[in-house]
Amino acid sequence: MNIGWYLTVSAIIFCIGAGGVLVRRNPLVVLLCLELMLNAANLALVAFARMWGNEDGQVFALIVMVVAACEVTVGLGLVVAIYRRRLPIDVDELNELQG
Amino acid sequence: MVFTAIIFFLAAIGAITGAFGVVLLRNPFYSVLALAVHLVSLAALFLLLRAEFVAAAQVIVYAGAVMVLYVFVVAYVGAGEQLASGGVLRVLGPLFALALAIELCIAMLGAGLAGVNSKGAAYVPGFGSPRSIGELFLTKFLFPFEAASILLLVAAVGAVVLARRRRGLEPDEQFERQVSVPRPAWTGTMAEAGGLTMPAHADERTYVEGEPVATPGSDRPNQEGGW
Repeated sequence: MNIGWYLTVSAIIFCIGAGGVLVRRNPLVVLLCLELMLNAANLALVAFARMWGNEDGQVFALIVMVVAACEVTVGLGLVVAIYRRRLPIDVDELNELQG
Repeated sequence: MVFTAIIFFLAAIGAITGAFGVVLLRNPFYSVLALAVHLVSLAALFLLLRAEFVAAAQVIVYAGAVMVLYVFVVAYVGAGEQLASGGVLRVLGPLFALALAIELCIAMLGAGLAGVNSKGAAYVPGFGSPRSIGELFLTKFLFPFEAASILLLVAAVGAVVLARRRRGLEPDEQFERQVSVPRPAWTGTMAEAGGLTMPAHADERTYVEGEPVATPGSDRPNQEGGW
């Protein structure tokens, strides 16, 4: 398969994720859509690594996975904190940074 | 070759279907399961691109650990939700995504770059194996490797700090205290059964020697409310 096919799949997944971030209101699902976008970037990185025959892109993809895991951990911690304080779990309502 | 194409299209369809499922399914729990499908399909694509170690890490770290975290949080928080935000974003969001997809496809496929239209560089045995990735991590990319480990540590500590139970910050604690019904002493809280607390009506009873004497009424709600 040509590299272009992989890049097309990556672009489609990225756009689905971007649309999901805009449309969904539950912060959990917004985090899932961010995961989709990061995974699309990972697929593009691995595809380019294959194209050049050099593994730097794969290392980059692994680092992206680490960053995604950190982001998920902190994001889910925030969701749990929001739930504990009985605030609405809705990104449109949560528009104030203050306590 | 035909076999590769079949696997590619199956995995690509699985990945895109999973992605649509994440966005479109109403219940966040099903969204998480759709993301698991998406991740496994993506691991198959990684394998086709000869990134064995990345595929294994994808399945173990994402489809294993991160998904479990998601499932627990969804189970904890619950799943009442509306599908989409009202108003402008609901119309503009998908339009924006569609425009972005078309633009990206034009940019990548219309560019006519020789590398994009090829099957990639010649395969070297050991490409993408744990050995070569580990060697890169410990030589060329040592600093990003250490930075990633520090980032993981910071995220773990941050998540614990964010999600821990704070005394006095929860708005309904006072409400719970009012709701907890005062009960006669020695009527069956677990703290009493364990001998951890004294009855509040201290003067009506004889005690065992050596038990600490609680001041009546000061910490009663904490021990009888049962939270």
